Amino acid sequence: MSPQFVPISPIFGRFTIASLPLQEPIVVGTFCAVALGGIALVAALTWFKLWGYLWKEWFTSVDHKKIGVMYMVLGLVMLLRGFSDAIMMRAQQAIAFHGSEGYLNAHHYDQVFTAHGVIMIFFVAMPFVTGLMNFVVPLQIGARDVSFPFLNNFSFWMTAGGAVIVMMSLFVGEFARTGWLAYPPLSGVAYSPGVGVDYYIWALQVAGVGTLLSGVNLIATIVKLRAPGMTLMRMPIFTWTALCTNILIVAAFPVLTAVLALLSLDRYVGTDFFTNTLGGNPMMYVNLIWIWGHPEVYILILPLFGVFSEVTSTFSGKRLFGYSSMVYATVVITILSYLVWLHHFFTMGSGASVNSFFGITTMVISIPTGAKLFNWLFTMYRGRIRFDLPMLWTVAFMVTFVIGGMTGVMLAVPPADFVLHNSLFLIAHFHNVIIGGVVFGVFAAINFWFPKAFGFRLDPFWGKISFVCWVSGFWVAFTPLYIMGLMGVTRRLRTFDDPSLQIWFIIAAFGAVLIAIGIGALLIQIAVSILNRDKLRDTTGDPWHGRTLEWSTSSPPPEYNFAFTPIVHDTDAWWDMQERGAVRPTSGFKAIHMPRSTWAGIVLAGLSVALGVAMIWYVWWLAIASFVALLGVAIFHTFNYKRDYHIPAEDVTRVENERTRQLAAEA
Amino acid sequence: MSADTMTANGDAQIAFYDLDEHDHPEGGSTLLGFWIYLMSDCLIFAMLFATYGVLGHSYAGGPGPRQLFELPLVALNTAMLLFSSITYGFAMLAMNQNKAGQTQLWLFVTALFGIAFLTIELTEFASLIHEGATPQRSAFLSSFFTLVGTHGLHVTFGLIWLFTLMVQIATKGLIPANRRRLMCLSLFWHFLDVIWIGVFTFVYLMGMLR
Amino acid sequence: MPESASTLRVRTMMRPFMILATSLLLGGCNMVVLNPAGDVAAQQRDLLIIATVLMLLIIVPVIAMIALFAWRYRASNTDANYQPNWDHSTQLELLIWSAPLLIIICLGAVTWVGTHLLDPYRPIERTVAGKPVAPGVKPLEVEVVALDWKWLFIYPEYGFATVNELAAPVDRPIAFKITASSVMNAFYVPALAGMIYAMPSMETRLHAVINKPGDYTGMSANYSGAGFSGMHFHFYGMTDKDFAGWVARNKAAGGTLDRAAYLQLERPSEHVPVQRFAAVEPGLFRAAVNFCVKPGSVCTDAMMRTDAARDSQSNANEHGPMPMPGGHPMPMPGHSPVPQPSPAAKPDTAGLTGADLPRRAAPSAGVALAATASQPRL
Repeated sequence: MSPQFVPISPIFGRFTIASLPLQEPIVVGTFCAVALGGIALVAALTWFKLWGYLWKEWFTSVDHKKIGVMYMVLGLVMLLRGFSDAIMMRAQQAIAFHGSEGYLNAHHYDQVFTAHGVIMIFFVAMPFVTGLMNFVVPLQIGARDVSFPFLNNFSFWMTAGGAVIVMMSLFVGEFARTGWLAYPPLSGVAYSPGVGVDYYIWALQVAGVGTLLSGVNLIATIVKLRAPGMTLMRMPIFTWTALCTNILIVAAFPVLTAVLALLSLDRYVGTDFFTNTLGGNPMMYVNLIWIWGHPEVYILILPLFGVFSEVTSTFSGKRLFGYSSMVYATVVITILSYLVWLHHFFTMGSGASVNSFFGITTMVISIPTGAKLFNWLFTMYRGRIRFDLPMLWTVAFMVTFVIGGMTGVMLAVPPADFVLHNSLFLIAHFHNVIIGGVVFGVFAAINFWFPKAFGFRLDPFWGKISFVCWVSGFWVAFTPLYIMGLMGVTRRLRTFDDPSLQIWFIIAAFGAVLIAIGIGALLIQIAVSILNRDKLRDTTGDPWHGRTLEWSTSSPPPEYNFAFTPIVHDTDAWWDMQERGAVRPTSGFKAIHMPRSTWAGIVLAGLSVALGVAMIWYVWWLAIASFVALLGVAIFHTFNYKRDYHIPAEDVTRVENERTRQLAAEA
Repeated sequence: MSADTMTANGDAQIAFYDLDEHDHPEGGSTLLGFWIYLMSDCLIFAMLFATYGVLGHSYAGGPGPRQLFELPLVALNTAMLLFSSITYGFAMLAMNQNKAGQTQLWLFVTALFGIAFLTIELTEFASLIHEGATPQRSAFLSSFFTLVGTHGLHVTFGLIWLFTLMVQIATKGLIPANRRRLMCLSLFWHFLDVIWIGVFTFVYLMGMLR
Repeated sequence: MPESASTLRVRTMMRPFMILATSLLLGGCNMVVLNPAGDVAAQQRDLLIIATVLMLLIIVPVIAMIALFAWRYRASNTDANYQPNWDHSTQLELLIWSAPLLIIICLGAVTWVGTHLLDPYRPIERTVAGKPVAPGVKPLEVEVVALDWKWLFIYPEYGFATVNELAAPVDRPIAFKITASSVMNAFYVPALAGMIYAMPSMETRLHAVINKPGDYTGMSANYSGAGFSGMHFHFYGMTDKDFAGWVARNKAAGGTLDRAAYLQLERPSEHVPVQRFAAVEPGLFRAAVNFCVKPGSVCTDAMMRTDAARDSQSNANEHGPMPMPGGHPMPMPGHSPVPQPSPAAKPDTAGLTGADLPRRAAPSAGVALAATASQPRL
């Protein structure tokens, strides 16, 4: 099957003026709003002469803390986009009754649910998780940066580049109309000849490079750069989960890269991997993509398990119960996550033995997960729990997640899955674990580590409003979906015949509005906190009585993190240091060896975006040019041997003396 | 590490800060990092092998391995790649003896073998396509071209890297950074060799047997 | 097949829970998944409830403990025991690993048995609990094709076909053979039985039985493109008499679903009204599965046999030059000058029935890798 004939201009490829959705008032309106906002932002940055600052201090920075913050900002921005898609779906489904087509036609609605899934997983959850690991891990292990700082910057920009490609599809051309995993043959060129699936492929491939390299980077960092004395079994639990997550990333993302590459070959070259004809086998795609897809679920949730462990132990004022069983549970989940992929398609007609095998391995995962939950419980037991925001999110997580876990085990029973698969029950289940686990965890983490990153806490009042809206909004939005799943209502429907369903969709839409208020409150919380930063200031560096090394340095930490590398004697290293009265050295500072900022990351990622866009639109000259440029810049960059410098001892002394004064004032 | 006495409660044995720290040796994790990357690359090949394993019998009525493969040519090709690995080994030996000129010479020989390998492979591809056995003809041919082609693409990038490194050694000499890069490329080159052994056995030899 | 004693016991134990759950949840709305009309779906519902109850055994105490501990050990309650260094207890560790383990062992056993009993490929052995299928009763065969975007149902026993309307007599087993014409769909009648994918150039199977007359909703449960939302149909459970009337109505409808009509029908269309064809060209379903409805195209199974023959021939002619079958390469689909008879009715698998049937659509997993590769040898 060869690609359908489309007129291709040598200059613009298959881009024509008709590719712009000029007849779509909603899209044009959105575009105008975004464009105005963008122009205002650019103007403001220019007016306040911030471009140089941003370029020097952020875009080209190789500081893992700044890169971590940039990942979080990316995740937050994309959350707004992904959530707009969610609101649009909820609104459509709430009104498309009694013969009404709603306000979205199939062309749009199908893009919206595809984009929602893709964006939420790849450009919200992944940046959040990667950002947290980037920011926290080096601090927790007492390192000054990651193993490959330039690669870290490059990885971030590749992830951002993928996001840029997805966002472009909103205004130029269209996005995929295939569902977030783009199963062929629907995603093949025969049934999706447009640019949508190509946008999907290139966005994920560009972002995937970033994710993979950041995985390599963090593994090397954790293996090689731990502070002296920090044996594996003394690593903070978040670092453990980060290690397992990155192992999962390195062992899973190549599969995605390969399977998407095969799909692109089908679409661009006309090969027959996943076609209906000439020996192609679409079921291969479904298997391969889920071999990546299931570990991906654990890539998302494991680091947050780490966050909940840190938060529970910190706010209970108590050592984590069952540290080693927590570690083993994490490792077991890591391994088992590769043995369950088939549970995503029991309904494909595998034999009963195959189905039961994968059903039972899926259930087995709930054992270590359950053990983790009990460990958090017994960490609270005989503790002295302070219910600050991170702990509130954690408790909400525990309650929400056990329900999600329960519905997950229900879906793991193959005969039960036959009636629940692809139903709204399934949708409710995975939102239950992803919102209840990943999103709640990210908010716990943001509230927990924000003071470390910026030196002041987040406002608790607006934080609590956001908390209440999110938690109640989640349940209001998704309980109806559970119920409708049991009523036999399936996913991705745009219109409905049965009028009795409408009330449930209206309730769900109301829940989405509550969540929208929660997101709004979060943004207000950040704004209010910045305005009131002096009141919320933390000068100790340890506002929560933390237990791990990141709390031993100042907030925000100096560029070099630690003037002297700490030596670790126990699992909760900082707690242990305080218990045993360790004294912070106040003199004898030395020059510190640090990596240099570099332009190469953002430039290479920019060229990758150009390459991707050129390929999407069949602009072959631009594809060749940007590929050659990409190669050329990469080679040119390797001729730069001066990638490091020393922070002079005087500078270190000055910064550290300032901290000494601050701590003295505090005492 | 000589730890000083920033200690607790007069306990002079326990140090909490490393007061006499030296710079980390630059690139201390590079080999580990590169090794991890190679394993991820290995997984891509694993996927392509698996795909070939599943689709490799789907000729769609078209030609199969026995009609297409010329084993002597492929054996010659294999020899080229194996020789290039040996000569790369000689380059590394020369590097360890600090002989930049000799290193360059062996690298150059390696490149020649690599180019020979690619030339033979491209000749084979060209003749297949000429016979009508194109990647579009059947799932078997799609997966064959993709697996072998991806390996060839890796060799191509290895060659670009190798030439870049030769220029860098010529300008900077065998400085630690360049040695590290040579080590990484060495891993990469031998890795491709191992993959090719898999391709030769799994695709060509076993293809001729069926 | 009589139920094993243990399954019976579990069911008896679970009965009060089921009644409770059903009555609680059925209060406001029609939860068809919990209150189906077909025996297969009913057994699937039972498993769902057994799993839920088993899980609740641990979920409820956990949630209670979360609330209790959060309240009891709040910072303001200085009376509570505070042990900042208490972080290990072997007994507790044993408990927290073994309690979930025990539950999963139970659930795993239930799953293993239930998955085999309710394998969609397994022929129906009972119409309801305790009522085995009479020995002489042959299942009603229905061939299902998911088209863009409507459902085609072929009744080979009666020789007619319908679009977007399906019916079956109550208490007679139904054997569905399912495929798709272009992209993946899922055949799902919630009241009848669980769903199974309809996949192009694959044939999946589903066995079910409907116990109550009625009008039920069926749909595609797997997104398949623009017209997906309108891709639903009515499934009628009928008394034998009504069913006979329905059959007669279809036979009287006139029109023949031959290859040309199928190719016309196959074209994308949305919200398609019910259509009836009094006659169906024999072998149409096999041709649809094998992508050779279009006159002159090569069927995929024929192609696979050629491929398989090539491999075995290669072995036979180890030393000689390898002739192409027929002296020249097989023509590509759509380009063959000679119309190939569809090997539809080839009795390859005629002697086998039910669960023993080799599956063309044996997919998935490492298992799939082997299964798919060995397809041509069926």
